[in-house]
Amino acid sequence: MGAVAEPLPNRRRGARRIRRAGGRGLLYVLAWIVALAILIPLIYAVLGGFRDTGQIAQNPVGLPDPWVPSNYTDILKSGTFWRQLWNSVLIAGLSTLLTVPLAAAAAFIFARFAFPGREWFYALFTLGLLFPVAVAILPVFIMVRDLGLLDSPLGVVLPQAAFGLPVTIIILRPFFASIPADLQDAAAIDGAGPLRFFWQILLPLSRPVLATVSVLAIVSSWNAFLLPLVVLTDSSQWTLPLGVTNYSTEHGADTAKILAFTTLSMVPALVFYAFAERHLVRGLTSGAVKG
Amino acid sequence: MAATTGQAAPPGRLADDVSVARVGGPGPADRRRARRRRVLRKLTTIALFLLPALVLYLLLVVFPIFQAVRYSGYKWSGLGPLTDFVGLDNFKRALQDDVFRGAVKHNAIIVALSLCIQLPVALGVAMLVNARLKGRALLRLLFFAPFVLSEVVTAVVFSLMLQPDGLVNHSLDKAGLSALGADWLGSTSLVLYTCFVVISWKYFGFHMVLYLAGLQQIPRELEEAAAIDGANRRQIFRYITLPLLGPTIRISVFLSIIGAIQLFDLVWVLTGGGPVNASNTMAIYVVDWGFKRFQFGYASAVAVIMLVISLVFALLYQRFVLRRDIEGALTTMGR
Repeated sequence: MGAVAEPLPNRRRGARRIRRAGGRGLLYVLAWIVALAILIPLIYAVLGGFRDTGQIAQNPVGLPDPWVPSNYTDILKSGTFWRQLWNSVLIAGLSTLLTVPLAAAAAFIFARFAFPGREWFYALFTLGLLFPVAVAILPVFIMVRDLGLLDSPLGVVLPQAAFGLPVTIIILRPFFASIPADLQDAAAIDGAGPLRFFWQILLPLSRPVLATVSVLAIVSSWNAFLLPLVVLTDSSQWTLPLGVTNYSTEHGADTAKILAFTTLSMVPALVFYAFAERHLVRGLTSGAVKG
Repeated sequence: MAATTGQAAPPGRLADDVSVARVGGPGPADRRRARRRRVLRKLTTIALFLLPALVLYLLLVVFPIFQAVRYSGYKWSGLGPLTDFVGLDNFKRALQDDVFRGAVKHNAIIVALSLCIQLPVALGVAMLVNARLKGRALLRLLFFAPFVLSEVVTAVVFSLMLQPDGLVNHSLDKAGLSALGADWLGSTSLVLYTCFVVISWKYFGFHMVLYLAGLQQIPRELEEAAAIDGANRRQIFRYITLPLLGPTIRISVFLSIIGAIQLFDLVWVLTGGGPVNASNTMAIYVVDWGFKRFQFGYASAVAVIMLVISLVFALLYQRFVLRRDIEGALTTMGR
């Protein structure tokens, strides 16, 4: 750090560089240890899917010998995996398509309109961050049942979208507020009302942050477990997380098959992550840094 | 995330301001009518934009919370009308139940471990990734990856690795450390700590990303200036990095505690709360009594207790800890 401005005698500078090189090496070692801790379970799952269960019991370390691709191919050939994948995609897509537009419209009002009780309404939404699904799950279940939406994707989508509103609004509001008022004035002089300003100017300008909140909504829906667990009892409606838990109880002793199924269910999330990491990180850190 | 609450937004100006100004010399009655129309239009716009979100939110988040409070006063199986009012009995029963008290204790232990171990490790790793290492972008990508994996996938893979004859014990055997092997998920004294390790694996990347963003906001010149003034690394960390990271740390602590109070998915799949309730949490207790034993009234009472704990904690935290951030942590140097 900042040795540039420091006039040191040659000998001391040399000693310092050596010490710093040693420190560097230590940093790399530490980084690799953490990296391995993250990677080992993932590699174990991927390779485990290529073994048979006898191999896993005898030698779970090292490469599979011989490689057994049938665990993977069997799952890919059966319809179950694809149906669950489709259910997950459908529910994540619908949830996001519901949460983001509704939250954007509400955040627009919170950001650019003054009216009595505005902060009160906003506080009501932020409180939602504290309501875990577990607290509301019993009444939500009763309500979904009374609406006749058990075993329907909508029974998951609607509550999920409602619970996703707080985070989305909290991220969108400051962004919408930071768009200069001059723009809105100019639009007004040209005869554009608030609706057209929202649609034709604000939303196009907010594409990055909209991408961010969409990614957040997709990931949280994709991983959701408790709500689908109580709402979707019919196995044809199950999402991937339900499929994975069920597959692992059904094939109790067949570790290799379970690992293959689990690995396949990870793949879409990891591929998505590789493309959307930047948006995800931006969404999670917005606000947390500024305080 | 919750930190943005304090930012007030500038009120937007409406098109009507301009159109009214353009009309030349209206009488007072005209002006009043025009004003009323303008207010009406503004209210219509607000309603049009706000109501859809508000209705969905009130219907499926706020209303259920009130319903939970209502159910908590009854003995009810979830079917048929609410008739058997029992007052506060459900709450009394929960507070006297050793299993529930155990669950509260387990949540508290997870909170304490997260604050004392998981967050410092996350901060350390964030500083590691923030140092100019080769491949740091890749490291960040890798460290954060568990966060996008679902709790279910994480729990299934770990539960297989942690079986008595699974990867972990097998590797210890091979390394000649079989004495260290254990029944990680089957032993009542170990299981909670095993769960904590899996939780940390999944979530430390999230906190790392928060800290990393905070670290990148600290101007390098500050640390360099301190180094020139003769401060050593520990002093720079203690007197510059840590105070400037204050707001980020306080948010990260907040989210970590709220998350630990609500802990469900991971532990449910990993252990189901067992063996013998040794890894039970409040949320698991709620789902167990609600959906397995169909005592919706009793389970609702427990859910309400959980909610009260979250709310009280959040209000106290906002009041006593986060308030300092709103006053401007950078200008006061975190004092």
